[in-house]
Order: sequence, then structure tokens, then C-alpha cells
Amino acid sequence: MLGLGVLWAQNADVWLKIVSNQKTVLAVPDLRGSGAAQNFMGAFNDTLFSDLQNSGFFDMAPKGMYPLQVPQRPEDFRQPARPGASSGGLWLSDWASPPVSANYLATGYAAEQDGQIVLYGWLFDVAQPNLANAQILGKRYFGSVDEAGARKVAHEFAADILAHWGGTSLYGTKIYFQSNRTGHKEIWSMDPDGSNQKQITSFKSISIMPAISPDGSKLAFTSYASGNPGIFILSTETGRRLPFYNQRASLNATPDFTPDGKQILYASSASGYAQIYVANLDGSNLKRISSSRAIEVEPKVNPKTGTDIVFVSGRTGPQQIFRMNFDGTGVERLTNGEGEASNPSWNPNGEMIAFSWTRGFATGNFNVFLMDVASRTYSQLTHGEGRNENPSWAPDGRHLVFMSTRNGSHQIYTMLADGSQVHQLTTAGDNRTPVWGK
Amino acid sequence: MLLKRKSSVIWIAIVLAVFAVGCKKKAAPPPPPPPPPKAEVAPPPPAAPDIAEFSAEPSSIERGQSSTLRWSVSNANQITIDNGVGTVQASGSRSVYPNETTTYTLRASGPGGALSKTATVSVTAPPPPPPPPPAKAPLSERITALQDAYFDYDKSDIRDDARSSLTKDADLLKSIFQDFPDAVITVEGHCDERGSAEYNLGLGDRRSTSAKEFLVQLGVPTDKLKTISYGKERPVCTESNEECWQRNRRAHFSTGQ
Repeated sequence: MLGLGVLWAQNADVWLKIVSNQKTVLAVPDLRGSGAAQNFMGAFNDTLFSDLQNSGFFDMAPKGMYPLQVPQRPEDFRQPARPGASSGGLWLSDWASPPVSANYLATGYAAEQDGQIVLYGWLFDVAQPNLANAQILGKRYFGSVDEAGARKVAHEFAADILAHWGGTSLYGTKIYFQSNRTGHKEIWSMDPDGSNQKQITSFKSISIMPAISPDGSKLAFTSYASGNPGIFILSTETGRRLPFYNQRASLNATPDFTPDGKQILYASSASGYAQIYVANLDGSNLKRISSSRAIEVEPKVNPKTGTDIVFVSGRTGPQQIFRMNFDGTGVERLTNGEGEASNPSWNPNGEMIAFSWTRGFATGNFNVFLMDVASRTYSQLTHGEGRNENPSWAPDGRHLVFMSTRNGSHQIYTMLADGSQVHQLTTAGDNRTPVWGK
Repeated sequence: MLLKRKSSVIWIAIVLAVFAVGCKKKAAPPPPPPPPPKAEVAPPPPAAPDIAEFSAEPSSIERGQSSTLRWSVSNANQITIDNGVGTVQASGSRSVYPNETTTYTLRASGPGGALSKTATVSVTAPPPPPPPPPAKAPLSERITALQDAYFDYDKSDIRDDARSSLTKDADLLKSIFQDFPDAVITVEGHCDERGSAEYNLGLGDRRSTSAKEFLVQLGVPTDKLKTISYGKERPVCTESNEECWQRNRRAHFSTGQ
């Protein structure tokens, strides 16, 4: 079953496939607002800066190094009298040269116009000798005259800047997770920056381990609301429960959607040990996929191929990550048998998984790892700051949301796939098993 | 009586002598009293009745029990015992069932006289009845006597200590199902906090199933036991040490969710 010739090796460069360490230096001065817009520029500037910083594409030039004058629009630029001289911030080279040493400058301003906030946003390549070649982006964005409107236009401006580097904004994506803050474990959602936390379920039972359909329209999870743990599916649009046939078993749990969104894989004890099954979205037409006398849970279908499945199994001893074909053949272990491994999550590229592993630590002390599935080289992203579990890839394929106990309680964090830019998103109650969806 | 009469004659003589000395000139002394009438020779008087025995044995009974009166009388031609016994022979016995303390009087009479004697039978109230059997304890209380079965880390095999707990549980369960024929008892499987939450759902399921299978082998009806895994979702304690971990690696009994 296991290829003896396979060399398992830790390779710190696994994440370099997705997060380059050669980063663009970006200068983003605080933008100013006129009229009512000025009241919301704090929220605007925080949002713009953090979206760009968290994207992982940039090294943010420190604000303290910026020139005194900031060009707010193309008309503000003043070429210096002689080449090499300074314009006090009003020329491209003032931003390209030390101490800023930026490659790009994002600037603009906001105003109130016709009852809306209007943001004028520009992006300049400050290495260019003339303004006409330097302007990369110049666009207007509209939002309501309040903090939410200011954040919206900031997210949109950041998304357009990211797109220039081929990045995908996470603005508008949702993180689903379980929280006990009401006294019961319920499913909640929030924005990728932790704002807008909303309770989705109200079963007052145990509802845990959410999964989100590829298009973001359906939420599947495990719940005790009908007695034994079973699979529930909700429409994220209406909040209504959709029908799902739970086969007769003491346990139906850990659902996930296939990449086409048409089927659900899950673990069921219908035949004894929890094993992997696949069924239609309503639970019909179910088929058993795996076949072992071991506990097998957490099936995840490769989002690119749609044909291979990673899952967690105890078939060789302590829980490890395995892969198999959709028909249950070709089972191979991906982790090398050390410690316990769980919570696999496919990167959208279909080549890499994030997972949690106790390798090198005491039983139960999981850390987040990445593995290039083809080569089985892996890279460790967290290093014993409490337990770190349930990594789930963001739709941009560059960020992970995960659960950590590093600050004492179980909370949700995001980070870049190289382990940097760690942000805590939750504080209230005990929050676990996040999943990042569209 | 003869002696008395003689002394009175002497006394009279003395008195007369004194008078005679003192009053010489007195008249003639009175005539001597007439001789006492000559006593007739009477037949010997009849013997008086005699009650040799009148007893109650035992002398103290509980209400509803009997006591035996025994008597033995002589020289009587009429013997009665009151309190409903009536006329009896000169000797005999009779069982009596007095409801309360009663003094029986035996009266014997005959030519020689009448005599009576009593015998008392003390009647004590019987002890109050024993309390009725205790009311049937509710099911939720009965199952608290069922012992948890404990497991090793990442294992669902029944250990020796769990074997002994479950063997006792099997007897208790059978008796519970006799008293509560409609009851169904849930075997919960639990895990410690260390393994992943997802895998532990599967592990708790194995633990509840192993415990159930063991009980069924010991004769507990399979359809009376259902299983549920709580994984590590409902820990009994939350400390991160082996003592608490062991307490959570268990099969536990409940009446349902």
C-alpha cells in the first residue's frame, strides 16, 4: 500500500510555490477626505492598509518614512527642477528613493458627493521616469457615507490593486465556524477580517464542523439536533434547512462537498467503523467508498481533479492523512506515520494540502503544516504556540484560517501560507473548526 | 371453750369471796349461773372449696394469639369462669383469644363455701406492619448505579477494569429492564481532548459500540441499548492532565439525549 521508495522530507520552501519571498514594496500613505467623508477616513485607511498588507504580495513601506507632501491626484505631481532633486513627495522618485524605497505608490482622496462617499484611487509605478507611464490604475469607487461605506470602497480599491499582481481579494468571502458563545455549539459566519460575526444556526444542541459548497450557497455541518450526530444542510441565502437523508447509523458526520457542488462525502458508522461515503446533495444514491476496519473521517475531494480524495484514517495506527481514488482504490498514506495527523484541506490549486499534525510535539499538540501532495514534501507553519488545528484555505489560495489556543482559549486566526501575518478574528467564547468559503 | 367457762367460774368465786369478806352482812349470794347448755354432738362441717390452680399461660400475648387458662378446683360443685368461658369442670383448660387485657375470674362454690381466683391475660398490640416496599426508583436514578467503562488512549478495546465494571452493569441493566420494560438506555462514547474532534467522533462511536457488544454478550437485550458518540464534545472535565483525560475516555450510560 505504501511506496517504500517515497522520501518524506520537510522542505521549508513548500509555501514558496504560493507565497513568494520576493515582494513588491508598496507605499500607501493615509488618504484624506473632504466634507462628511473625512469622518470615516480612519476606517478607510485601516482597511486599505490591512487588505494590502495581509495579501502577502507586498512589503508595506513604513509610513514614518514617507515624504511630507503626498500627491492626492495626478495633477499634484511636480517634476523636480533638475533630475535627481527632491520635490518633497510630489514626484515619483521621491517615493522610489531611500528612505521609502518603494516600487509602487497607492494614493488618492475621498469626498462626499451626491450623498455618497466617492473615492478617487490611483496606483503609480514610481520607478517610471514620467507620469504617463507610471499610472497603473485610476478609478472611482462609491459607498455610503458611513464607516461601512468607507470600508467597502477601501476593500474595492485594494482588490483592484491586488488584481494587478494576479491576486484575488478576499473581500466578500465568508468564514464559517462553530462557536459556543450562546451557551450551545452553533454555526457562525464572519468576514475575513473578523467583522460582521453572525449566528447561523439556533438548534441549541451541538452543531459543529461546517463545510461550505464551492459556490458558497450551501452550508453542511454535523449536528446532534435530531439525536445522534447527523448531517444537516442549510441554504446560506435563505438560512433554511435543505433535505438530507441520513442513512441509519449511530454516526453520520464530517461532510464536505465535491468540487462540482453536486455530491456530499461524509463519514458514517453504518457498517461498523466510521467509513467514507458519497451521496447526492439530498443524501440519496449513497455509496461506500473506503473499506477498512479503522476509523476514517474528513474526506476532501481534490478541487482540481475531482477524482482523488484525501481523508483521515487510523488504518495504520494513530490517525494519519491518506489519499485514495474516488472509487476507494489506490489508497496511500501521505503523512509518514509520526504522531497524529488530521484536518486536511486542499489548496484551490489541487496540488497542496494544509493539515494539522503533532509531529515533533506531544500527543494532542497539533501544528499547521503544508504538504505538496505529489512530492510529499512538507513545511511547518506554526511552531507550538498552543494547539493549532483545522487549517482551511481561503479562496485566494494564499491564506489560511485556523484554530489556535495560543492565547489561552480556542479562537479563530488567519495567516498567510508562509505562517506570517497572523491575525486573531474571534474573542468571544470558544471558537473552532473554521472553513473559508466564497 | 371449756377452759373459758372454767376460768369464769373461778373468777366468780374470787369476786364472791371478796364480797363475802367485805360485806358480812350482805344478803345471800346469787345463785350460780346455770350450767351452760350441754353441747350437741354436731356432724363435722363440709370442707371448703379449694382452688389449687388457676392460671393463664402465657400470661401475655399479642392480639390475635391465644392463651390457655388452666384450672384445678376441689370441693366445689359450681365452677364458672367469666368473660364468656362459662361453667367448667373441676379441672381443665381452655384457649382464650382476648382482644385486650382481660382478667378472668374463676368462681368456685360448694357446700363448704365459695372461693374465687383470678388470672390475667395481658394483650399487647402487635407491632405495626413493616413499611411497604419502597416506591420504584425512577429510571434516571437507577442508571446512576451503572459504572462507566474506561479506555486507553485511541483504543476501544474493553480493558480488564472495564470488563469488571460492565459485568456488574449487565446485571443492573437486566434488573432495570425488568422494572422498566419500555426503557431504552443509551451507551455514550467519549474521548479525551487530545485527538482531533473529527476522528474522536469515530473513536467515541467505537467505544460505545464495544461497550454495548460486551453487554449484549452478557445477555443484555441488544434492542434495549442504543449508542451515541460525543467524541470530545461533552467532556466531564477539561483539565489537561492524565487524570482528567482518563475520566473522559469512557463509555457512559444515560436515558437519552
